[in-house]
Amino acid sequence: MYDITSVYQAKSVDDAIAALTADPQAVVIAGGTDVLIKIREGKLAGCRLVSIHGLTQELAGVTLAENGDVEIGPLTTFRGCTESPVIQKTVPVLGEAADTAGGPQLRAAGTLGGNLCNGITSADTASTQLAFGAILRVRGPQGVREVPISEWYQGVGKVALAHDELLVKIVIPQSHYRGWSGHYIKYAMRNAMDIATLGVSCLVKLTADKRGVEDLRLAFGVAGPVPMRCLETEQAMVGLPVEEAAEKIGPSALGEVQPRDSWRASRAFRLQLVEELSKRAFVEAVRKGGGAL
Amino acid sequence: MEILKCTVNGRPAELGVDPRESLADTLRERLGLTSVKKGCEVGECGACTVLVDGVAIDSCIYLAVWAQGKSILTVEGLRDPDTGELSDIQKAFVEEAAVQCGFCTPGIIMSAVEIVGSGKQYTREELRKLISGHLCRCTGYENILNAVERAVNTAHGFVGKES
Repeated sequence: MYDITSVYQAKSVDDAIAALTADPQAVVIAGGTDVLIKIREGKLAGCRLVSIHGLTQELAGVTLAENGDVEIGPLTTFRGCTESPVIQKTVPVLGEAADTAGGPQLRAAGTLGGNLCNGITSADTASTQLAFGAILRVRGPQGVREVPISEWYQGVGKVALAHDELLVKIVIPQSHYRGWSGHYIKYAMRNAMDIATLGVSCLVKLTADKRGVEDLRLAFGVAGPVPMRCLETEQAMVGLPVEEAAEKIGPSALGEVQPRDSWRASRAFRLQLVEELSKRAFVEAVRKGGGAL
Repeated sequence: MEILKCTVNGRPAELGVDPRESLADTLRERLGLTSVKKGCEVGECGACTVLVDGVAIDSCIYLAVWAQGKSILTVEGLRDPDTGELSDIQKAFVEEAAVQCGFCTPGIIMSAVEIVGSGKQYTREELRKLISGHLCRCTGYENILNAVERAVNTAHGFVGKES
């Protein structure tokens, strides 16, 4: 038995928004893999839930829009993301990242939208979505607005989502993924059922001869209070031969991250991970893009 | 109280549930299906794993009211309803001595049901990943992997073929 007062099962997105508008204290629940655990821990005691769990028709699934944009319903589970033919064809690294969260049962329940809306730095799919520059479509009583993921994170567990708004679509524009390859590395103490000590997602766009970096994205989880990109490192790698970029990317990233000491790992260890895993993720991204390293 | 209508182990069920219940609570307390174990109750140990519409989930972090209209399968639904004979997957766990204290067993068997049901053949490494949402503090997992492998092979006639 959970310590909750009520569960309202929304019948549609509009219905959920109306329920949230009517109850300023209500908590949205989707897959439940975060919210129910918080309740179990005694946080959110006595809360009233607005469940969007059943809104799969409106909010789940991955589709390819006519203009080539990848459109991900936020209720898509980690597993649904990994198994989606659209994801595998267009942004396979996101499916690979989703496949590192928790274990199989959790991946069948937890959602990509939840992974963004909880605002947590260790969220396994967040760094890759950040690297792709996803556009987050949000709906509230006043209608729909779009938030670039670069403006999404506002602090630990805080995102640019008002109480009465729902994330209704995650869009990865074609121009953001076409010609790019990527690799995500999760470092944790166990291979399953663990939270990332550090996560790094590296996307690379190679030059026509596959020997140089035309463009780069480098994003981290747990290297700061929220998922973050290393914008200076990304700029600094542009134009370099891949061999040189592989040597420079780690040391450069060190100058931009702010990991902290926590009971999971020390700051010093995380810095070591930033340096080494940036390189490894970059090398693998280059390989996937057809380059040799 | 809310009325929950769903299918449990192949039979239609209609019962009153408290909206605060997890599916694990409902299956254990209201339907007496005690193969569904409550271990960690935060979705880490996998002891409460059941299939909902064919997908293995942790029933401890699944609200009972979400099961409306869905089909739920637990270990109690695996035996032959007429003869009471164990399913091939359960037999594989017996044959491979994959059961020690038994607490994690029903959950792992339900994951095995999904794995076998996929109709695919898996490498040992893939099977390891597929059962990685379960904790077993007795066996060291080797015999469990043997059992899952045996169940897959028995079901699909892969015995003796290279994986």
